[in-house]
Amino acid sequence: MARDPGREFIPPVQKLRIQHAKRGPLRFTSHRDFQRAFERAVRRAGVPMAYSAGFSPHPKISYANSAPTGVASEAEYVEIGVVQFCDPEKVRAAVDAVLPPGLDILAVVQANTGDFVARLEASHWQIELPGVEVSDLATAVEQFLAATEVLVERKGKQGMRTFDAREAVIRAVVEKGADCAILQVVVRHGVPSVRPDDVLAALTKVADLVPGIPPRITRLAQGPLLEDGWSVGDPFAPDRDAAQA
Amino acid sequence: MTVQSVFPELERLLPFVQKPVQYVGGELNAVIKPWDDVTVRWALMYPDAYEVGIPNQGVQILYEVLNERADTLCERSYAVWPDLEALMREHNVPQFTVEAHRPVGAFDLFGLSFSTELGYTNMLNAISLAGFPLHAVDRGDNDPIVIAGGHAAFNPEAIADFIDGAVLGDGEQAVLAITDIVAAFRNEGSPGGREELLMRLAKSGVLYIPQFYDVEYLEDGRIRRVVPNREGIPWRVAKHTVMDLDQWPYPKAPLVPLAESVHERMSVEIFRGCTRGCRFCQAGMITRPVRERSKTTIAKMVANGLEKTGYEEIGLLSLSSADHSEIADIAKGLADTYEGTNTALSLPSTRVDAFNIDLANELSRNGRRSGLTFAPEGGSERIRRVINKMVTEEDLVRTVTAAYSAGWTQVKLYFMCGLPTEEDEDVLQIARLAHEVIKAGREATGRKDIRCTVSIGGFVPKPHTPFQWAAQLDHETTDSRLKKLRDAIREDRAYGKNIGVRYHDGKPGIVEGLLSRGDRRVGRVIEQVWRDGGRFDGWSEHFSYDRWMSAAEVAFADLPVDVNWYTIRERELSEVLPWDHLDSGLDKEWLWEDWQDALAEVEVDDCRWTPCFDCGVCDHMGTEIQVGPTNTVMLPIPMLPSKVLAESGTVSGT
Repeated sequence: MARDPGREFIPPVQKLRIQHAKRGPLRFTSHRDFQRAFERAVRRAGVPMAYSAGFSPHPKISYANSAPTGVASEAEYVEIGVVQFCDPEKVRAAVDAVLPPGLDILAVVQANTGDFVARLEASHWQIELPGVEVSDLATAVEQFLAATEVLVERKGKQGMRTFDAREAVIRAVVEKGADCAILQVVVRHGVPSVRPDDVLAALTKVADLVPGIPPRITRLAQGPLLEDGWSVGDPFAPDRDAAQA
Repeated sequence: MTVQSVFPELERLLPFVQKPVQYVGGELNAVIKPWDDVTVRWALMYPDAYEVGIPNQGVQILYEVLNERADTLCERSYAVWPDLEALMREHNVPQFTVEAHRPVGAFDLFGLSFSTELGYTNMLNAISLAGFPLHAVDRGDNDPIVIAGGHAAFNPEAIADFIDGAVLGDGEQAVLAITDIVAAFRNEGSPGGREELLMRLAKSGVLYIPQFYDVEYLEDGRIRRVVPNREGIPWRVAKHTVMDLDQWPYPKAPLVPLAESVHERMSVEIFRGCTRGCRFCQAGMITRPVRERSKTTIAKMVANGLEKTGYEEIGLLSLSSADHSEIADIAKGLADTYEGTNTALSLPSTRVDAFNIDLANELSRNGRRSGLTFAPEGGSERIRRVINKMVTEEDLVRTVTAAYSAGWTQVKLYFMCGLPTEEDEDVLQIARLAHEVIKAGREATGRKDIRCTVSIGGFVPKPHTPFQWAAQLDHETTDSRLKKLRDAIREDRAYGKNIGVRYHDGKPGIVEGLLSRGDRRVGRVIEQVWRDGGRFDGWSEHFSYDRWMSAAEVAFADLPVDVNWYTIRERELSEVLPWDHLDSGLDKEWLWEDWQDALAEVEVDDCRWTPCFDCGVCDHMGTEIQVGPTNTVMLPIPMLPSKVLAESGTVSGT
């Protein structure tokens, strides 16, 4: 039965883009876990959220490619709609204050441009591999980069699917860490999206590299590819430029 | 000596388990205190999965009450799923708390809240993972004191071997009293070790300490008597009752998990206790008398809780929320205050009357409608007299029709199967009632798409109720009765297609019955089941009836008792019941009279609006009914101004 929800629908007057981190133990939050925590946080922070119309109104929030559960990130992005103009820096401080430590709001800008999600062209992942020798990792990466295609499998909603993990990898650099070998890898976003665990699966496939201890993975950046073809830029730059113009 | 976090070891296991977020903590309003800053350390456990345990109000209240003390810290632990358990055993990671990931075995006290007996195997698993002895008598000075609480603790005999103590009744003041005793003992340098500490706790009357009582049996298996085996131990241990809930407005800062839980809302308890006198209801019997929280305190708790949690829904909790003497004012006041804020209000009420629908209407003014559940409990008028649920068929049909007319297209009806004196015919009446409800609803609304769901639970007789002497219905008869009911509902296609039926088979109820009216000999069964891999018995995918029955066969092999003896056997007045030395305040004679009234199909009224009928509670416990009206006004709580708005007009960039 169609019933008048008895609520007036107020359209958003401003959109805010938010960069947040997922750190330490809280990297084990799933995308849905973060969504719930974030929705409660904006309410507690008094952010005047815009809501969808209908019986079961939802706050206007869109999330861009979230990092997998268990993977830390310094570069997750969310866009919200508000019904009163807000000061982005006040929103950043207020929402950050009510989120648990480990879910941290890093930056907030007013959306002054379109096509934000299209701007998230690639991600820079840092993969720390405790117990793996740098030389072993370097050899594996060399073999991986030399290949034109490395097919890997991943279980998805429709069962196992096979896809190429090589082509999306734009850059892969091996470093030495305190207790581990580190792989810095820049991966272009696409369909299907190649995730850091797919890159690791590819290394296992080409060079039998099997980490004995679970790797620590962090997304360091997400954004447009810069002119050099492999650096990941700040996706907020166009919004900041437009604000100054 | 500072205790180290086990998180570095645990962290390596988390990538391999389902929903790792449930093990990492990070809840809003969680408290972490330095280990060395306090004298007394509590670990509280809800012995089920995190998603079920985290919203539990009992644990949240005690957590806060304890952490408010400067000399005390309190952390929480939950049952780990078998995938993580296997890894923890392989890598020697002990049972841990979720805040600071400290090992449970390092705490002074390990308190478990049992809403249901089906959590017992999870307790054994947690103790085993924690790495201290399973049996209370084997524990040493450095092992935690294991304490059971919650409704199941009113007969903790089945777990008597595994717990050091049990708290009966409201926990707020009890945990503080226990903490006082433990703190004093520690400050004196722990003279006399564990035995002395348990003696002090037992003598104070705050805790029931099973190992200080011997149970003697008759040859036929019944209990001869239960006697204290130490000087100065009380013959009976009484329940705790918190009077004046306005003085205890907890939780003040409800825990909000990162993981999804079974209750995605904030709860405010609006009163405790219930005197409706439903004879099957253990909660209504053991939580007497009714103690209302004032509407002023309720309004403050709602406003404060919303601010502290960010939840979008508030549930007003109690055993029968529509029975608060000022519920109409409360509903209107809250609906007025939160109108237009996207805050939903819900009132889990199952009363079968029009007032219930008025309330639901008021609370859904904001646009969000919660479901409506009515609980006639018994299918026939006769059986409703037996269980003292005073609802007529006319009440039910009229009420549900009113709900359909008010715009609800679906209602849920809750019944029980296996009630004392029940025949097939009593249960088959449910089909007729459901047909009547749909028929009347269609006539009243002119709509064909109205629905009702009939939900049926198996009745399990519980201690401290008039039905504590009753024979439980065997699971074969339960199942066949439910099948006949399902067939009868479907028989009439014209109505049947609009009626959903939900029920479970009768087997888990038999195990619950064994545990809830069990004595100390049942402990062997629980231990055997746990050793055979029993975990998460409240989950149908983990529960195994066969495992319980084969364990019982082993455990009872040399005893004159078996599962049937505990479950489907009717008891006599003269029999010593395993929980007779535990005092819920109810007179055993009154309970027996009420049992006889049940058999004679005689109803008993509610003492809130009729004279006292001497159930014994207020006399024994020195308590009294606390109900309104208070003649106070419920003031709207002003919303705080937002701190994030731009100074003026538009904002340019950052």
